[in-house]
Amino acid sequence: MPRPATEVAGGDGPDGRTPADPSTPRPRARSRRRARADAGGVGPLGLGVATLWLSIIVLLPLAAVVAKSLDGGLPAFWEAITSPPATRALQLTLIVSIVVTVINAVMGTLIAWVLVRDEFRGKALVNALIDLPFALPTVVASIVLLTLIGQNSPVGLDLFATHWAIGIALLFVTLPFVVRSVQPVLLEVEKEAEEAAASLGAGNLTIFRLIILPALLPALVSGAGLAFARAVGEYGSVVLISGNTPRNQVASQYIFDRIETDRPAAAAAMSVTLLLITFAVLLLLRLFTWWRTRNEG
Amino acid sequence: MKVDRGPRIALRTVALVYLGLLLVLPVGLILYRTFEDGIGAFWDQISTPASISAISLTLEIVAIVVPLNVVFGVFVALALVRGRFRGRGIVQAIVDLPFAVSPVIVGVSLILLWGTDGWFGGVADAGFQIIFSLPGMVLATIFVTLPFVVREVEPVLHEIGNEQEQAASTLGADRWQTFWRITLPSIRWGLAYGIVLTIARALGEFGAVSVVSAGASGESETLTLLVANRFEDLNLPGSYAAATVLMGFALVALILMSLFEYRSKRA
Repeated sequence: MPRPATEVAGGDGPDGRTPADPSTPRPRARSRRRARADAGGVGPLGLGVATLWLSIIVLLPLAAVVAKSLDGGLPAFWEAITSPPATRALQLTLIVSIVVTVINAVMGTLIAWVLVRDEFRGKALVNALIDLPFALPTVVASIVLLTLIGQNSPVGLDLFATHWAIGIALLFVTLPFVVRSVQPVLLEVEKEAEEAAASLGAGNLTIFRLIILPALLPALVSGAGLAFARAVGEYGSVVLISGNTPRNQVASQYIFDRIETDRPAAAAAMSVTLLLITFAVLLLLRLFTWWRTRNEG
Repeated sequence: MKVDRGPRIALRTVALVYLGLLLVLPVGLILYRTFEDGIGAFWDQISTPASISAISLTLEIVAIVVPLNVVFGVFVALALVRGRFRGRGIVQAIVDLPFAVSPVIVGVSLILLWGTDGWFGGVADAGFQIIFSLPGMVLATIFVTLPFVVREVEPVLHEIGNEQEQAASTLGADRWQTFWRITLPSIRWGLAYGIVLTIARALGEFGAVSVVSAGASGESETLTLLVANRFEDLNLPGSYAAATVLMGFALVALILMSLFEYRSKRA
């Protein structure tokens, strides 16, 4: 992380005078130096405003959820998330998200490989297309997929209100994560090692397994982790597709349903559970990155 | 790794077929369905009073959210990059929080904070309704778009360093002049990129807004809610038309994004 230049420069006063006696304090010079180091900053008052803003917008609402979920103590919390509809929603969410993440890891790496190592007409367009799911509003993604796999499907493939449909919706919205995290790394992989391996007689599968995959692994894991975190909390793209029957309710729909029917404690308990799962995944990713850099450094 | 022609074309085919089935075919199909009965039918669907009110409400929310996010986003980015204070790691984590929180949870958290039974329920009791009205939708949208400006401006600030700002302040410029004449011009492309991301997300936000909206047609219905409500009312052509309008916005956002990315790389 680059540091402000003054911190490194240090040394004597900016005005070029050398201190006559190091033991005598020079408050004015020091305060001036601090002012310079702070140039372009926001000052203590600004810092306060920034903190206040973040607190009101982000922290306080989330704190209110956590507090609500613990209103009746830990036993009530446990009871809320182990009720049959809650566990069913949570189970469905986790299973579909895991399957989606695995498919994403495979297909995302494949697509990234094609985009980096292959040449064909219209590659730039395909490359631009990858970002489409990020740009498209989630509810539009829902409608878009329903035209293909809904009740009026032109190919007779009616998956409306099935677990398949939920999975496809999640695949749609999480597509860019793995592709976009693997692609730049694949671009940088040293071709020399691959060529050396090939000249020593290694087949393509061996080269991929022993040279390319290890280099891609950190990016692949982080892309897949982000996709999983997104899939677990996804709402907009799933809501119209799943039919919203209790059997097909994912966790976010369960939360929505509970808050609409005025059962805020149940909604808060499931919210906190989802948040904990997401944070655990993100924390694991961070630990994994840290472990990799430590072992390599 | 030299892949022979055969397997290479096989891999390419798999990738293209996957993308074609998952992305291109559905989007093409919805465009076909929207304009199947001609552009007049599409126009009729998006010029109903409900549509017009949804479009204007959506734009109103964007118009409130974007300036707030720009001002506070640049502020937070400056504090993170230029300030030296304890707990900077925590502030960084808070800025990223909205990416990790499901939109529905955002809505629920706002109800629990600002709703009549919430911590700040007094505000609603005093007659200033937040939940199930415009302020709630604005708060929800700010929450989900909060990281964009900060995260786009921050790396640019790091890169330019603060030597010029120091020079300006040595020459007697005050904080405001320094910001206006030195900092702002150098972060402008990163900021523009962040603004486009914010607008795109604000236009398309659904989950968080749907929790805190009263959902009355023609009154508190944004474009995304209109898409969902029309679909549930089995008004498919209307739903497709509203979705197509949103897709149009998304397309413009994509084009602007690649433009600004290109400019900021060149700058």
